[in-house]
Amino acid sequence: MSRRPYVHEISRTAWFFKRPRYMRYMAREVTCIFIGIYTIILLVGLARLSEGQAQYEGFLAALRQPLSIMFHVLALAFSLYNSFTWFNVAPKALPIQVGEQFMPDSVVSGAHYVVWILLSIFILYWAI
Amino acid sequence: MSDNRLGARQVELEVLRYNPDRDETPSYQRYSVPCKNEWCMLDALNYLKDHIDPTLAYRWSCHMQVCGSCGMMINGEPKLACKAMVRDYEGVIRLEPLAHFPIERDLVSVADDFMDKLKRVKPYLIPAKPKTLEEGEYKQTPAQMQRYRRFSMCINCMLCYAACPEYGLTKSKFIGPAAITLAHRYNLDSRDGGRDERQEEIATNEGVWECTFVGACSDVCPKHVDPASALQQVKVASTVDWYLEHFMSWNKK
Repeated sequence: MSRRPYVHEISRTAWFFKRPRYMRYMAREVTCIFIGIYTIILLVGLARLSEGQAQYEGFLAALRQPLSIMFHVLALAFSLYNSFTWFNVAPKALPIQVGEQFMPDSVVSGAHYVVWILLSIFILYWAI
Repeated sequence: MSDNRLGARQVELEVLRYNPDRDETPSYQRYSVPCKNEWCMLDALNYLKDHIDPTLAYRWSCHMQVCGSCGMMINGEPKLACKAMVRDYEGVIRLEPLAHFPIERDLVSVADDFMDKLKRVKPYLIPAKPKTLEEGEYKQTPAQMQRYRRFSMCINCMLCYAACPEYGLTKSKFIGPAAITLAHRYNLDSRDGGRDERQEEIATNEGVWECTFVGACSDVCPKHVDPASALQQVKVASTVDWYLEHFMSWNKK
């Protein structure tokens, strides 16, 4: 009898197709790419603003292109998905113990949603 | 086979077989096993070994979800064979050794790597100031115990390692869910003073920062330990450490 353990190699590029939970994880991770692109657009806008009114008007005109609107709708949907998934797992990272009990997960993730909504209302009010 | 005497239904098992003395690669073997309604997968395997094929190798001990020996992949999901009920499965049931571990033989995987990792994280109390016998015991309130109780329920069954893609993709470099959770369990213990020693191991690239919060470990944990939660808490605490060290040097421990 000899020891000759067999090592099974796993695919580095296709492993996440194997289980639905791995797919959900990848969906959460991939949606952040759109948030990244949106951030870059925002930074470009700031740069144009610093270059003067004409440049900034040009940037705003580019934003009104159908392709740009499509991207922004998509980015909004994906960033909502990204936020929901992260808020829902937030209680795992931030459990709050009161005495001998832990607060229910819904309280911790609920607090995230409340702050999120309040901030959104504040920013929308300030912007309009 | 006197199947009727058992009041059983025939269940098709497809078991991964690997004999290191004979086989170059593992292959599947089909068995038809008469299973009773109240049987778990381990009962089916025991019947299979006793009555059909005595050469099949698999680990088990307690048959009651305490020893953590009978972890295996059942239809691709890491499960304890003593907890998975045969009646919950339809069609051909595929049994394989735990994913991400080398296969020793048939359904037996090599656990050496996990054992080494357990040792590395020092999963035992390291009191800040050891007490003499005369000074009495290390006392703890129920609230202090509750802080880590969940993370102390681990039975070292390694299902979380079989579920964790990071452990597989890093070719076992990642210290992994169970070991880091156990380290965190002792870090949270009011009687312990060994956190700095454990942080050396777990607050590293091979430690908690290899975790990308897939969360699969918590999904498959048979004891609801929630390793994903422990690891995220370690990340938060390690980040706080880093800020204290770099921006508030007067606040050093």
